[in-house]
Amino acid sequence: MSELFPRKQIMGFVFSLILTAAALTVYFLNMSFAKGMVVLLVTAFVQALLQLVVFMHAGETNDKWVIYGKVAFMMAIALITVFGTLLIFLWDM
Amino acid sequence: MEFFERFAIPNPSLAIYISMVAIALTMVAIVAGLTYFKKWGYLWREWLTTVDHKRIGIMYLLSALIMLFRGGVDAIMLRAQLAVPDNKLLDPQHYNEVFSTHGVIMVMFMAMPFIFAFMNFVVPLQIGARDVAFPRLNALSFWLFFFGAMLFNISFVIGGSPDAGWTSYFPLAGNEFSPSVGTNYYMLAIQISGIGTLMTGINMITTIFKMRAPGMTLMKMPMFTWATLVTNLIIVTVFPVITVALAMGTFDRLFGTHFFATSNGGMDMLWANLFWVWGHPEVYILILPAFGIYSEIISTFSGRNLYGYKSMVASMVIISALSCMVWAHHFFTMGQGAVANSFFSITTMAIAVPTGVKIFNWLFTLWKGKIRFTVPMLYSVGFIPLFVIGGVTGVMLAMSAADYQYHNTMFLVAHFHNTIIPGVVFAMLAGLTYYWPKMFGFMLNERIGKWSFWLLSIGFCLAFFPMYITGLDGQARRMYTYSEATGYGPLNMLSFIGAGVMAISFALIVYNVYYSIRYSPRNIGADPWDARSLEWATHTPIPEYNFAIEPHVASSQAFWDAKKKGHELFPGKLEKIHMPNNSGVPFIMGAIFFVWGFSMVFSLWIPAILSILAIFACMALRSFERDHGRYISVKEIEETETKLRGVN
Repeated sequence: MSELFPRKQIMGFVFSLILTAAALTVYFLNMSFAKGMVVLLVTAFVQALLQLVVFMHAGETNDKWVIYGKVAFMMAIALITVFGTLLIFLWDM
Repeated sequence: MEFFERFAIPNPSLAIYISMVAIALTMVAIVAGLTYFKKWGYLWREWLTTVDHKRIGIMYLLSALIMLFRGGVDAIMLRAQLAVPDNKLLDPQHYNEVFSTHGVIMVMFMAMPFIFAFMNFVVPLQIGARDVAFPRLNALSFWLFFFGAMLFNISFVIGGSPDAGWTSYFPLAGNEFSPSVGTNYYMLAIQISGIGTLMTGINMITTIFKMRAPGMTLMKMPMFTWATLVTNLIIVTVFPVITVALAMGTFDRLFGTHFFATSNGGMDMLWANLFWVWGHPEVYILILPAFGIYSEIISTFSGRNLYGYKSMVASMVIISALSCMVWAHHFFTMGQGAVANSFFSITTMAIAVPTGVKIFNWLFTLWKGKIRFTVPMLYSVGFIPLFVIGGVTGVMLAMSAADYQYHNTMFLVAHFHNTIIPGVVFAMLAGLTYYWPKMFGFMLNERIGKWSFWLLSIGFCLAFFPMYITGLDGQARRMYTYSEATGYGPLNMLSFIGAGVMAISFALIVYNVYYSIRYSPRNIGADPWDARSLEWATHTPIPEYNFAIEPHVASSQAFWDAKKKGHELFPGKLEKIHMPNNSGVPFIMGAIFFVWGFSMVFSLWIPAILSILAIFACMALRSFERDHGRYISVKEIEETETKLRGVN
């Protein structure tokens, strides 16, 4: 019976709901802008990874390193783009 | 009548009216010709609905060549205008439109389809696959590119061309300073073809990761396949940025948002930032496949395996990562401080290192090789010194302090043409000549080909080297004329002569195609260049399933091993082959995208909404359609194979 129960998926679903609730607190708890952004960024990235791994089956095939490698590359480039833009327009303008 | 006034061109001239008539006559001629020769069915069945990667590759190639001539005519017009001081050939508005169009056409609608032509045609053959991973998506990519290009091309006869440069910087590109619909065309045409490009990126990555022949590990892939893989990784990484930027620009122009406005919290400089976050990797998207083609050609005609395979791969991967960290060097003078500029200067100069590694690897491949100076090899050997000049001036431009002197001058124009023409255009012409026999079953004439190579190289040097000098003397780019007192006249005349020589060379290439169709021998076999990789291991013409038996690979040059070292390439036996079915949906979807784009350009909301619904209907149709492909029986394969073997 236990192998029929989609344990991983249920856990993933519950966890993604928790992350959504955590993100919602930004609206209800009247946080400062900086604190709110930190909560949103962290929950957003964890949520994206969760969806990718649990519901989009990223780690289930032999070529999972290709998928994870690509995700890591993309995230690195996205961070470079964001921080590079901040450098140009905010920190050094 | 009022409704139709919006389609009128804002700045008419005799040349545009003549073009309108010419376009109309050409379209009538095409329709009449197809009807007279009863080719509509053939066109639909064999080409418009095809999902075969080889045919899609050839269609990309034809589109790229047509666009090369369109962009080339623009270039001649620009050089003619600048040939003498105070010239009145083009007025400033037309000059703006022509240089904007020239840039967009050459980058988006000439170079991009040219590299896709080779990716589509060559990569599945090189990795021993029967097609790409998603054949129908591939067809959709092509038709989105094609209709995007057509949308852009009609701009100059309906509504007016974009006139804010190929970079389309805001606030100039905003409604206030560019009131005509030209920039709408820019936003939507590039958007449509960009979506197609993104799909190709996903398609090629999946193909290369999932469909390689048995035994072909990643480090045994031919270099062009490696270049394609890295290129498409960059495509998937950066094309979403231009998609978003174009969407924001479209919103600004059509719906009154203020993303790139100078008021209400908008930031005009953000467009330049986002454009170059995509735009700089874009130039590596163009040059890396070119490097791949050079690697194949230099290795083949030196009779040696490629020197430094691993360092070639590593340098491409490093270039792909660095290419995403240098974008601000396109706007060193925008006002950011020394810290930001220094960072982007250093990363920019760092790219010269892996590029230099590649140059040395090619030189070492040539070293002690048995070099055959065929036309593709001439282009590849000519590329090395000319591209190095472009690279060195690139390092000069990368120094942000010095860039205050160089920026926005003809020096910059000379630099990027110096990398793109010997880099990309030479590679495309080399690849065209190299793969021509595989595509069409006969070789291009070598003597005419050599003439066109030398004319192109000499014309290139005459056209662009003077610009380095006038640029350092202060001639600004995009300036439609200059006074005689500046002294730019003689060198610009020289540039014009060079452009003319290049035009003659391109005309010779066309003549070469005509001449070779008529006189070239057809019994050339499957491997006319004595090449090394798998694409030459199948028959010419290539059967639709590419390889009757799946090839088995043990090195990066499996075909050479099979020819010289007794490697058994096809150890299996014939089995029935699973192939995808043709489909008209990609073509229809592309056409609907064209209608959508056109409606959006002119703010015709009802047709725009209807075409959006039709696009979703096409996608829904695809989701619910049951299409399991078809099988080619063993008997049919045997018949085809016997027939093809008879030719050789």
